[in-house]
Amino acid sequence: MKELLIGKLNWQALPHEWFTLGGAAALLGLGLFLIILITRLKRWKWLWKEWLTTVDPKKIGIMYFIVAGFMLLRGGLDAIMIWLQQALSSGASHGYLSSDHFQQIFTAHGNIMVFFVAMGFVFGLINFIVPLQIGARDLASPFLNTLGFWLYVGGVLMVNMFFLLGGKYAATGWLAVAPLSSTQFSPGVGVDYMIWALQISGVGTTLGAINFIMTILKMRAPGMKLKHIPLFTWGSLCSMIMAVTVFPLLTATLFLLFLDRYAGMHFFTTTGGGNAMMYTNLIWMWGHPEVYVLILPSFGVFSEVVSVFSRKRISSYTSAVLGMIGVSTLALSVWLHHFFTMGAGADVNAFFGLMTMIIAVPTTVLVLTWIATLYKGRIRFTTPMLWFLGFVGTFAVGGMTGVILAQPPADFQLHNSLFLVAHFHTMVIGGVLWGIFAGLTYWFPKIAGFRLNERIGRYAFWCWLIGFWMAFGPLYILGLMGATRRLDHYTNSSWQPFFIVALLGGLVIMAGVVLQIVQIIASFMQRRQLADTTGDPWDGRTLEWSTPSPAPFYNFATIPKVATRDAFWEAKQLGLPERKYEDIHMPRNTASGIYIAALAFLAGFGFVWHITWLIVAAMLGIVVCVIARTFNEDTEYVLPAQEVEKLEHERAQKALARHQDIHTDTFEEMGLREFVRVAIKWVLDVIRNKRWRTL
Amino acid sequence: MADTMTTEMTHEEAANNRAMFGFWVYLMTDLLMFGVLFAVFAVLHNNTAGGSSGRELFKLKLALIETFLLLTSSFACGLAMIAARQGNKNQVLAWFTVTFVLGVAFLSLELTEFGQLIHDGNTPSSSAFLSSFFTLVGAHGLHITLGLLWMVIVMAYVLARGLSSSMVRKLTMLSLYWHFLDIVWIFIFTIVYLRAFI
Ligand code: HEM
Ligand SMILES: [Cu+2]
Repeated sequence: MKELLIGKLNWQALPHEWFTLGGAAALLGLGLFLIILITRLKRWKWLWKEWLTTVDPKKIGIMYFIVAGFMLLRGGLDAIMIWLQQALSSGASHGYLSSDHFQQIFTAHGNIMVFFVAMGFVFGLINFIVPLQIGARDLASPFLNTLGFWLYVGGVLMVNMFFLLGGKYAATGWLAVAPLSSTQFSPGVGVDYMIWALQISGVGTTLGAINFIMTILKMRAPGMKLKHIPLFTWGSLCSMIMAVTVFPLLTATLFLLFLDRYAGMHFFTTTGGGNAMMYTNLIWMWGHPEVYVLILPSFGVFSEVVSVFSRKRISSYTSAVLGMIGVSTLALSVWLHHFFTMGAGADVNAFFGLMTMIIAVPTTVLVLTWIATLYKGRIRFTTPMLWFLGFVGTFAVGGMTGVILAQPPADFQLHNSLFLVAHFHTMVIGGVLWGIFAGLTYWFPKIAGFRLNERIGRYAFWCWLIGFWMAFGPLYILGLMGATRRLDHYTNSSWQPFFIVALLGGLVIMAGVVLQIVQIIASFMQRRQLADTTGDPWDGRTLEWSTPSPAPFYNFATIPKVATRDAFWEAKQLGLPERKYEDIHMPRNTASGIYIAALAFLAGFGFVWHITWLIVAAMLGIVVCVIARTFNEDTEYVLPAQEVEKLEHERAQKALARHQDIHTDTFEEMGLREFVRVAIKWVLDVIRNKRWRTL
Repeated sequence: MADTMTTEMTHEEAANNRAMFGFWVYLMTDLLMFGVLFAVFAVLHNNTAGGSSGRELFKLKLALIETFLLLTSSFACGLAMIAARQGNKNQVLAWFTVTFVLGVAFLSLELTEFGQLIHDGNTPSSSAFLSSFFTLVGAHGLHITLGLLWMVIVMAYVLARGLSSSMVRKLTMLSLYWHFLDIVWIFIFTIVYLRAFI
């Protein structure tokens, strides 16, 4: 009976160790805090109508940023725990974590950072920026977009569920390699949590990618040919085409792993004729391209940033585009470099080693294109530009270490060493993450309506750069000294100083993250002075800067006509055309996405714990929701031209008033000291005047 | 929404055009998933773990009948689409009913085959070969099931709302999907069934 009702779920599984209890407390605390806050502010209805059910890609983008931001903190905490353990656990000391905990932590860290931080930010940026850059009002399928977002949130919840309901997280490493991930060697539910977290969010990714491809290829402003589309959009297009090509492989592979575990089949098992090597092949056929799915949008961001802040057009648009296309094509044929050591033989290894080294060619072309853009430019050293400069140097090192790893003989020594760990963090942090930071800073005015504080932004950048090299420089050295990855203990105590420096580097990075949070708060406090009243704070070149900031919900009052590259720049030189308003078709909000994703989450949960009735009910629910959605033909409304005109007029007046306001102020950006002073004053004020009652 | 091609296309036409394109991309992703299952079958088809092989288990005649049923249903689906373009509602319904019935016949034969195998103790967990066989053929069967469900819904739709342009687009998607499953089946028939007897 119990088995029927709650499957394998039981009381013993509930959190009872400090590390799951802490997580549960943090999650519940955060949830409770939000619920109380929203209830007190009476904002539930607003939240539901304006945000949760929205189909506006800009709002969905912002929600991606928020969730991914929280996950960055969550995954960052994991990182600090890993570093701390390794700094302590030398010789006689065994640190503060058991091997089992340690393994769960680095596995969760990897999954969260790749799927829920990097992918979340990438999808957020693409959502927000791509429609604006191509002069579209929306995505091809607004519904698929909310569905994709909520599936991503479902994955986020699933990956954290073990805190609340216990069991354990997987202890297999972020790719759940077989046969370690089989029930024979990983009997608990940890791997199942991972499978369903990735499966649910992965389907969201595929749907999202299809949607963006449709949007970019079919919804560009009139006159915008492929050879005109901005480079961030090119990067996104390449990235999404790769995603569409490889995410089905991930889905299928995880599905097979699931069948092994759930139905006792023999795909990757050691018994019954299974073939574990096949898992390694399949997962890396997705896994290698995946890292390029992440980095291509960042390549796009940097292309925009370099060009705008050098006040020049990109030195060679063609080579930038060809570079991106080259990278994404080649990236499909190098996966075997992740397992040179597994006995594919010299010829196969040589082929994949060569292919891998060839990838460095288009990548270098891209880097040279950016550097050539700097040449003779009138460079402004804003924070996005700093992120770019930090990236170029760091990325070059990552590329070179990649080429070292790509030589099978060297890789036999370095495979799965800390050298490898340092290589890919150089790429993922220095490339993907800093690209996202550059993009977020650059487009922040468009997103929020005001610029970010540059002073504190610079501090944050330096913390990240210095912290990064302190944390990962030692890992390169340790790797060469023979330290392997994923060690929770080592006997060679001459390694310890390096691990301690790495930990300190981690703390410096953490300071950088705190400064970024401070930066956002400080900018918010000065939002009136930092306001972007023109919509074009950087003297931009692409269409997103031609519409006011923050962008209106219909993006453009009149759809721009395009005849060249850098369309907005050209328009500024020629003078902007006069506006003629027209009726606008807008999609209606819908809650179907949330419902379907919630049901998918429940089905996944049922699979994790073998609760058959829940699986069946949730699946049926999904079918019903989908049918209901397809029967609904009333998914759009028309915003009349007069209404658009009125909205535009009001906005223009407000902006004018603001504009005059700012010019009468003499304004200086808040520094750290000033921030602390104001913050303390505010807290004291709240306490003294008992203002929390009204909060 | 921004209609790139507003000059030539109405809002609705543009939306239909995009949706069709998106559906093609979706079909490609589905094809890739089948690709993985085929590759896995190719790797594992000899790993019978001491159990029976395909040659001992499969009945070629049954698979041939299944192929025939599915091909015919695809043909009927094609006729339904011709009727849809001519705006002939009754014919659309009639041909889709034929498609549906043939699809159900196919599916029941497949389920009978599965049932027989399992009954004889050749289950998906008996060997890697059978795991990959059941998964590949089963995934196709699952797609067919969803297609049949979709067909019922679409027919109800046509009955209630007639043949608008967005309706014809939905039917076109369904027929694409159905032909797609047909092609996948041809590969299954050749690679899984025929091959076992060569
Ligand atoms: C010049 C370009 C690059 C080359 C030649 C290269 C080469 C390699 C090689 C040979 C390995 C496997 C080493 C081993 O396991 O022993 C590797 C691992 C890895 N690389 Fe790169 N790489 C390049 C760029 C990138 C980029 C751009 C990213 C990410 C954005 C990246 C992320 C990774 C990751 C995540 C791993 C290892 C994951 C794991 O084992 O868990 N690489 N790289
Ligand atoms: Cu790789």
